[in-house]
Amino acid sequence: MLRFIVRRLFGAIAVLFAISVLVFLIFNVVPATNPAQRIAGKNATPQLIENVEEEWGFNKSLPEQYWTQMKLIFTGKVVSYNSHVNVDTRIREGIPATASLCIGAAIIWLSFGFLFGFLSAVRAGGFTDRALTALALTGISMPVFWLASILLYYLTYKIELFPASGYEPLSDPGKWFSHLILPWVSLAILYAGFYSRVLRSSMLDVMNEDYVRTARAKGLSSRRVMVRHVLRNSLIPVITLFGLDFGVLIGGGAIVTESLFNIEGVGYFAAEALATQDFPSIMALSLFGAFFIVLFNTFVDFAYAYLDPRIRLGTSAT
Amino acid sequence: MSATPETSAIRADASGGPLLAVEDLRVGFATEDGRVQAVDGVTFELEPGEVLAIVGESGSGKSVTAQTIIGLTRSPNSHIEGSVRLSGEELTTQSESELQKVRGSKIAMIFQDPMTSLNPVYSVGKQIVEAIRAHDSSVKKSKAREQAIELLGAVGIPDAERRVDDYPHEFSGGMRQRAMIAMGLALEPSVLIADEPTTALDVTIQAQILHLIQDLNRSRGLATILITHDLGVVAEVADRVLVMYGGKVVEQGTLDDIFYDPQHPYTWGLLGSLTRLDQPRPHRLPQISGAPPSLLNLPKGCAFRPRCPHEFGKCKEVPGLDARLSEDPGHRDRCWLQPEQKRKLREIEGRIGLEEPA
Repeated sequence: MLRFIVRRLFGAIAVLFAISVLVFLIFNVVPATNPAQRIAGKNATPQLIENVEEEWGFNKSLPEQYWTQMKLIFTGKVVSYNSHVNVDTRIREGIPATASLCIGAAIIWLSFGFLFGFLSAVRAGGFTDRALTALALTGISMPVFWLASILLYYLTYKIELFPASGYEPLSDPGKWFSHLILPWVSLAILYAGFYSRVLRSSMLDVMNEDYVRTARAKGLSSRRVMVRHVLRNSLIPVITLFGLDFGVLIGGGAIVTESLFNIEGVGYFAAEALATQDFPSIMALSLFGAFFIVLFNTFVDFAYAYLDPRIRLGTSAT
Repeated sequence: MSATPETSAIRADASGGPLLAVEDLRVGFATEDGRVQAVDGVTFELEPGEVLAIVGESGSGKSVTAQTIIGLTRSPNSHIEGSVRLSGEELTTQSESELQKVRGSKIAMIFQDPMTSLNPVYSVGKQIVEAIRAHDSSVKKSKAREQAIELLGAVGIPDAERRVDDYPHEFSGGMRQRAMIAMGLALEPSVLIADEPTTALDVTIQAQILHLIQDLNRSRGLATILITHDLGVVAEVADRVLVMYGGKVVEQGTLDDIFYDPQHPYTWGLLGSLTRLDQPRPHRLPQISGAPPSLLNLPKGCAFRPRCPHEFGKCKEVPGLDARLSEDPGHRDRCWLQPEQKRKLREIEGRIGLEEPA
């Protein structure tokens, strides 16, 4: 198992390196215009462009450029020339808000996804299944921007049930919680619907497996059969999805939710950077996002190995 | 195992009835194409220590019969009639939770494909422990584990102490089937249902598993229902044989009855398609022409009629499962032909077989 983990960690580092090279190429080499000019922003003076060229090493060879840029990004020296804000500081400041939003939403969507998916599968074909299917499809069909606007309009503006938008730090837990309820719900509903569908179909597949019949034949209770034998073997597709989805969101992918609810997290910053074509920020954000996607996919690999001994032993034998 | 073979075998109940009695069992499934009568009026009895073989092609209803005994075919889409009694106790009317107490502990079942019949994510030992503790949760895990090691040793897994923590994929096919049998034996059941236990295994392993089943049957008095399509397997271990076709029993009798005096043309066909080392090799192995009937649309009258070269007018009526030989009332079959006719018709080149249609 340890060997497996070490191998996967090295793999993850290699992937991250490849991504950083790719990001570098996309932002600096592929576009035909002067990269220094784009980095310097829209209202750059010739002097500034020259400074950027010097600082970012655009007059040097490509590997040197790459090295200089990574050094700038990873030592926290990149400053947005539009807003004169340090990009790394800005991202770091956004992390608590983004993490609060994503972790809370993930708890909600996993709870409901599992509950509904499990019930649907156990009662497949019955009324409960059909009702939950309709509910899940409704959830999947509601885009976040629409749902969030509706919730905000009715629950915050019309009946003032929830406080106005914005993020409140965790130092005041009550305020933190009440400000996050609506964002959590609007972000989670789509995923909850989706996950319940995936779990349902995965469980229905597993229910037809011979070993489930064996489990019943040895006299296990229906509940034990469903939880220990069916559910356990149905987890892999759900975990795969979760690694991807959660990695994207925590890496700044909750752009719509954060923007609509004025949560100044990483996604909010990403929206801002994209709107103002703030290249240094976009580059740093791309790397930041990629890091989390790779990180969570590595976790997913560990989870696979934990869930299925064939994966663990299959790789350590080589 | 703490119990001796004498105590582990549950003898027939006080009333002197059979250990397991299946009476007029009918199992139908509602499908999109209509109702399928998979089992149509099957009756048999199983005595303690007996090996009963149920033989038939795919779709003859033999597996469904077996699974219905322990209620595994229950579903909103299935319709079950008739009676299954274990030591006089009716099983078909029991609730799911009552049946759970019977499954594994009184009637154990092993399946065709040991490759897929064990859960890949739990160690073999864990799955045996689970079976033990499902019926008596007061058994400590460590105690159950010791018992699992003992069981694995008893079914011939070498180095059971070490292998108990292996996962199914680390076992070979034969070892997995042994592990399945060990799991089945864990609670010292009185009946073992083996649903094609050797079909997925290669020939040498097949023989080993059959001998293991036979040993257990003899040493523990474990009554066994052996489901198979392989008459070679039947010849090795069975005491009595039930031949099924189209959801019905078409012939039943002792092993000798079926092999030396078969009454139903379908049985002749099965016997004729068997390779035998003690007889000259036919230039081409005979087969039964045609395919088993669709259960959705069974032929009127005798279900074997469309494939039978000896069909005549009377075959449009369903023959009853009757004793047609005055000297042998236990030997029953569903064929309208006269016994004397049958003895003549089944003789092909000096051996029993079914004539190829012209």
